[in-house]
Amino acid sequence: MTDHAVPSSGRHGPLAWLTSDSPTSRLQAKCVQIYLGWLGLARNPLAMLGLGIVVVLILAAIFAPLLAPADPIAQDLTRRLLPPGTPGFLLGSDELGRDIFSRLLYGARVTLYIVALVVITAPVFGLLIGTVAGYAGGWVDVVLMRMTDVFLAFPRLILALAFVAALGPGIENAVLAIALTSWPPYARIARAETLTIRNSDFIAAIRLQGASPLRIVVGHVMPLCISSVIVRVTLDMAGIILTAAGLGFLGLGAQPPLPEWGAMISTGRQFILDQWWVATVPGLAIFTVSLGFNLLGDGLRDALDPRSAR
Amino acid sequence: MSLTGTISGGRRAWLSSRSGILKLGRLLISLAVTLLGLLLITFLIGRVMPIDPVLAVVGERATNEVYEATRKAMGLDDPLIVQFWNYVTEVLTGNFGTSLLTSRPVIQDIARVFPATLELATVATIIGVSIGIPAGVIAAVHQGRWPDHLVRLLGLFGYSMPVFWLGLVGLLVFYGKLDWVAGPGRLDVFFEDVVPQVTGVILIDSLLAGDTEVFANALSHIILPASVLGYYSLAYVSRMTRSFMLEQLAQEYVTTARVKGLSEARVIWRHVLGNVMVPLITVIALSYANLLEGSVLTEIVFAWPGIGFYITNALLAADMNAVLGGTVVVGIVFIGLNLLSDVLYRFVDPRAR
Amino acid sequence: MIPKASAPLLEVEGLSVRFPTRTRVVEAVRNISFSVGREKVGIVGESGSGKTMTGRAVLGLIRPPGIVEARRMTFDGIDLRSLSEKQYRSIRGNRIAMVMQDPKFSLNPVMTVGRQIAEAYQVHTRASPSEAKRRTLEMLEAVRIRDPERVYGAYPHEVSGGMGQRIMIAMMLIPDPDLLIADEPTSALDVTVQMQVLAIVDDLVTSRGMGLMFVSHDLNLVASFCDRVVIMYAGQIVETCRASELHAAQHPYTRGLLASLPRVDQPKERLSTLTREESWKTEPGVDARVS
Repeated sequence: MTDHAVPSSGRHGPLAWLTSDSPTSRLQAKCVQIYLGWLGLARNPLAMLGLGIVVVLILAAIFAPLLAPADPIAQDLTRRLLPPGTPGFLLGSDELGRDIFSRLLYGARVTLYIVALVVITAPVFGLLIGTVAGYAGGWVDVVLMRMTDVFLAFPRLILALAFVAALGPGIENAVLAIALTSWPPYARIARAETLTIRNSDFIAAIRLQGASPLRIVVGHVMPLCISSVIVRVTLDMAGIILTAAGLGFLGLGAQPPLPEWGAMISTGRQFILDQWWVATVPGLAIFTVSLGFNLLGDGLRDALDPRSAR
Repeated sequence: MSLTGTISGGRRAWLSSRSGILKLGRLLISLAVTLLGLLLITFLIGRVMPIDPVLAVVGERATNEVYEATRKAMGLDDPLIVQFWNYVTEVLTGNFGTSLLTSRPVIQDIARVFPATLELATVATIIGVSIGIPAGVIAAVHQGRWPDHLVRLLGLFGYSMPVFWLGLVGLLVFYGKLDWVAGPGRLDVFFEDVVPQVTGVILIDSLLAGDTEVFANALSHIILPASVLGYYSLAYVSRMTRSFMLEQLAQEYVTTARVKGLSEARVIWRHVLGNVMVPLITVIALSYANLLEGSVLTEIVFAWPGIGFYITNALLAADMNAVLGGTVVVGIVFIGLNLLSDVLYRFVDPRAR
Repeated sequence: MIPKASAPLLEVEGLSVRFPTRTRVVEAVRNISFSVGREKVGIVGESGSGKTMTGRAVLGLIRPPGIVEARRMTFDGIDLRSLSEKQYRSIRGNRIAMVMQDPKFSLNPVMTVGRQIAEAYQVHTRASPSEAKRRTLEMLEAVRIRDPERVYGAYPHEVSGGMGQRIMIAMMLIPDPDLLIADEPTSALDVTVQMQVLAIVDDLVTSRGMGLMFVSHDLNLVASFCDRVVIMYAGQIVETCRASELHAAQHPYTRGLLASLPRVDQPKERLSTLTREESWKTEPGVDARVS
């Protein structure tokens, strides 16, 4: 977050540059803002815990091949359903003899893949719809908001199920289904922000300079909505992960043998009473990761929007 | 706090005024448009998204005759607008097509399974609200101290836990290890179809029939899934209650109440909570709506024959009519609950009239 | 007519109110001493002078982390510092009451006016609901509300500001307290309505032989309404005198306040502004007790 080039002509050093009261360039002003936001976040121990969990998730996903003791899809039916702590199987083995710990690590990749794809698509789409609706006003606003309301009229999982029913199971379809159900809140937020900005003097000034509506919306209005959207995204991540896990549990997300955490719980379900670890451990992973995002999201919201600080 | 007198007075005033009727009209139009949009989406999912919409309805094992007959009935050669119009009129008459799995009209299937979900969601909401509201109040009153942290932590867990996992763990601990509750399903096989079905809600039907054994069995089956689902309601309700309480505790009328010499308990539970209930009613209605979503996965884990179970099984069997029919019904109920929460707010708040 | 203040109702000596924050300690009230008998005492000060906190401290309404200390704080012989919360509750409303600034905020919005007033009566007398209602209607008439039955069933947002404040007064006076603390009671009202409300307060306080602690920032108003005036600045009492002798005030702050008021009969080229001296914060305060 604070990684950027420091001008070597700085007399006072990088820290002074980051906390300067009178920045000399837009880049510096942005960096100062980010740095101060970071300081606010760092003061919150729970948010730091959340950040730590997220970082661990990302590292686990990146370094899975190095960290995993075993091949996640290699089956060994002679060593099935071994309890955690058995040598070579830190968290036990599943019904096909695969090491659960390794599958968890590779599963982090699947989780991150889904989350990343959704985060790139849904908020962007929602942001676009919201800002256009807010800025254009009139019947464009009414139609777009009506559309948003209709999507919000479905519980997320049910609509995702319906989409998957039409598209078929698979990880990309699951991503599409989740994205299609996640964008409405962003549209709402973006529209609300746009409505407050729309009548500002600086927008009028840009319009007088001859900027087209597209340029205004994309170049000036959208960037101002970004911080609310970012906070909302982080808070939404947990929900996305849980929905993806739910779809996986139903067999509709990543297909076997991909080690998706929700699917792992599903297959472990039949052994829940005696070999409880097969279904319980992946759930703990989902829980921890969601918790991490929630803590981070709460912290970000408190740091970036002081009005909501309790 | 005499709500009843003011509610009936307010409602009378509201409906009789000209602007009241206009407002009602606008509300109905808005509702109709949203419903239309909902049907448009399900229509698109059913007709436009699949590669072969007929196949999606009749299934892979259908004969050529059935395929052709269905193709004709669906009118796939007609322009999309006509198809959509036919779809809308069909849905409005309750015709969701026939289920592939059960070969019965989808609407019949849904009528059979919906009470089970209602029962589960209602008991879950009762559990969530009856624990969540006091928890939120206590957290707010002791802000910053350990009760507050505990309640907030429990709430945070509720936002982070997968419901199906919690259900499985619950089964493991309370059914498998402790044997405190009954296992999956609504009733032991022994008790199925013993009491006549009046409402479809077994807890009520068994009481109506005076059969306490069935009631006890139904209760022991519902308590775990309802508690699991109720936990999510609890997380949401307690968080919102706490937030509203904190907002109200900073208001001047609280000082006035204390100056009058009222006990702190009376100040909190009569004066402050009375104000908190106004937005809280909305929260409870929304929580109920959210539980519809959570019930899908809970029903799978507990083999609870509700609408979530129905839709998922239909999905796995590629029974498009059933999936879409269920989706539409859930969507309608969802919209209805959101509407209810808006209306309730207006009745409960004396200022909003 | 009731004779002038004989024995003081409220005696305060060395009262301090402090609020520790993360960075420093805010001293809202610093070592003040005053007394209020069955008379009208006005406490005048700007925001931050500590006048509101004084009233709250007397009623025991300041909660942790706020710290209240006093060498002496007695009401009608009762040592207020030694009261438990339960004992304090029997004093609040019953013997000492407080009217606050804005009825829009100080009345419970989801309870009818009548219920709120009746509650104030019932909590101290255990009267039956019908008896409480009767007394409430009487009280509403006493504050000159013309249609008590209708107002009884109304909600706070349905009444005007002036009526709301009268309701507040009714609610606070119905248990028949001995001392009334009025914290800026007319500041949120229109000027025309202010006079009406003040007249009602004057009437009720005098006829019941109550003591009145009138907290305000309006020196003119206090001077015309009260018997004695106490001037507070930065948590201390800087001056005290009889209202009729205000023009002879000594302290530069009071003189500055008096001088900055425009007067029709003494037109000036420029209104004088008040220059605050730092020394006023460190000088010892004035003892405003009347024995």
